[in-house]
Amino acid sequence: MVENRPWANLIAHIVLISGVALVVFPVYVAIIASTHSLSGLLQGTLPLLPGGHGIENYTRMWQSGVSNAGAPPAALMLWNSFIMAMAITVGKLSISLLSAFAIVYFRFRFRMFFFWVIFVTLMLPVEVRIIPTFKVVADLKMLNSFAGLSIPLIASATATFLFRQFFMTIPEEMLEAARVDGAGPLKFFKDILMPLSVTNIAALFVIMFIYGWNQYLWPLIITTDPDYYTIVMGIQRMTSEENPQWQLVMAAVVMAALPPVLVILFMQRLFVKGLTETEK
Amino acid sequence: MASITLEGLKKTYSGDVHAVKGIDLQIEDGEFVVLVGPSGCGKSTLLRMVAGLETITEGTLKIGDRVVNKLEPAERDIAMVFQNYALYPHMTVYNNLAYGLKNRGFNKEDIEKRVRIAAKMLEIEEFLERKPRKLSGGQRQRVAMGRALVRDPAAFLFDEPLSNLDAKLRVQMRVEIKQLQRRLKTTSLYVTHDQLEAMTLGDRLVVLNAGQIEQVGTPMDIYARPASMFVAGFIGSPAMNMLPVDYLNEQGANGLLDNLPDGTDVVGIRPDDMHLTPPTAPHLIVDSTLALFEAAGAESHLYVTLADSDQPTVIRVSGQPPVAEGETLRFFVTRDALHPFNSATGKRTGD
Repeated sequence: MVENRPWANLIAHIVLISGVALVVFPVYVAIIASTHSLSGLLQGTLPLLPGGHGIENYTRMWQSGVSNAGAPPAALMLWNSFIMAMAITVGKLSISLLSAFAIVYFRFRFRMFFFWVIFVTLMLPVEVRIIPTFKVVADLKMLNSFAGLSIPLIASATATFLFRQFFMTIPEEMLEAARVDGAGPLKFFKDILMPLSVTNIAALFVIMFIYGWNQYLWPLIITTDPDYYTIVMGIQRMTSEENPQWQLVMAAVVMAALPPVLVILFMQRLFVKGLTETEK
Repeated sequence: MASITLEGLKKTYSGDVHAVKGIDLQIEDGEFVVLVGPSGCGKSTLLRMVAGLETITEGTLKIGDRVVNKLEPAERDIAMVFQNYALYPHMTVYNNLAYGLKNRGFNKEDIEKRVRIAAKMLEIEEFLERKPRKLSGGQRQRVAMGRALVRDPAAFLFDEPLSNLDAKLRVQMRVEIKQLQRRLKTTSLYVTHDQLEAMTLGDRLVVLNAGQIEQVGTPMDIYARPASMFVAGFIGSPAMNMLPVDYLNEQGANGLLDNLPDGTDVVGIRPDDMHLTPPTAPHLIVDSTLALFEAAGAESHLYVTLADSDQPTVIRVSGQPPVAEGETLRFFVTRDALHPFNSATGKRTGD
């Protein structure tokens, strides 16, 4: 569109810039706050310029945490969160790829029934089934373990549904050509379906990773051993203390926000590739 | 290389839909057979049954001496070229050709050698490292054929492979397919709805209608002696004109129609057998009005309405018509140009 309307341009920019500022400002405050001492933060107005305690705060949070608030070192919590998020992401992706493959390419009895069963679970978020799930996990002795943290969250109706929709857009001839070329079902899955789904896998990887990373309620319920605390629940524990150490909380917040950003940056290459190279 | 034998092949879909109603056909080793018919006549289903992509409800299918009814497509030793090419979009042309060989456990040097030979034959060597989306339609078509070629199968199956190409490329590829098949002498089964493609490509044509064979024969046989009104109307363009015998008698037949075979009530006349100048042989004379004419360069198609009849009729002449639209046109037909049919059975009555 080629237009020359200076006022419209100006207004558009003002709206956009204020929108961005609205989103960025809290992040900025968090970063600034993590560089001050506690007393600096509690004196009247919130400082808007960096303070001199940044390195001290981050080192302390990273290495020792806030033990009297029940928050172990951030390094450990970040690692726990990472393991949990990765297990959930990889598990969700592999299970939903395989189940979508089964639903789209195999003719078995009650195929549609199973599809709808999977689909219906979309309506049941973690919170709804949390007590029965806790009972099951406790009986299986998976409390305080990575298995307990990730396995109950692995099934994903959303991803199954999206992969099903994508597989259905792949022309039937592709499967037939592969059959004539001597590829069995698993070979077809590995050599043709997976490479064609790369963009979708990358997109879902990001969504699922952030979903796993942000899990709060479930880790809070099933972990009592500080060795398995995740960063999100650690932050919550630090803030519910009587006199929260805000500078350390903010340092933890900034560290907790980084991995999802890194995942997005890393996966972005695959999206862009998928978007520009239209398959035919 | 092998012959293909179809014995009483039937395909019934659930809901009592009979797509293929019992086909008997023997395709000789090295022969090029074209299945031709209108859409929905079961020709693609039949081909896919031979390929193993559709199950066979009833009957026996043999490739060579093997009954292959229950075998997977890959075990039937056939290669197929699909209408939309079905190339693997994420693989280079080289890998597209090599994929079938890899799955069959060929070693690397062997694959390399075969792919090079096929690529050379189809003149796609320079594209081997490209992805299919970087190729034009014609080039993709070649790659699809290359994928069939590298395997050196017992039979090629073509499912309307040229229908996605533009007219000019289609003619070119048609010639190339024909030459390639002549050279390789691989048994081929080719499906098309285009009667011109069928006529020019096939050693033999199989005209299908509603899941049944109407006629089998060489292209010229079928053109010269169509076995039914359906075949007569389907093969040849513009289609054969069908004129009731009674009408021709009323117009004055000079006794030419007296010795038609028993049961004949309709005669078919090819548009090019209707002459505008009286031939020396005894002939029928019919008057008509020129309704419309299409000039197609070397020839013209004249759409005429016959006197005292609403029968649509087409005449093919070379050059321009001698009269203007709306004027009367008289044409002449000799006895040997008449194809006698019975309209109730739809079959040819003799001759």
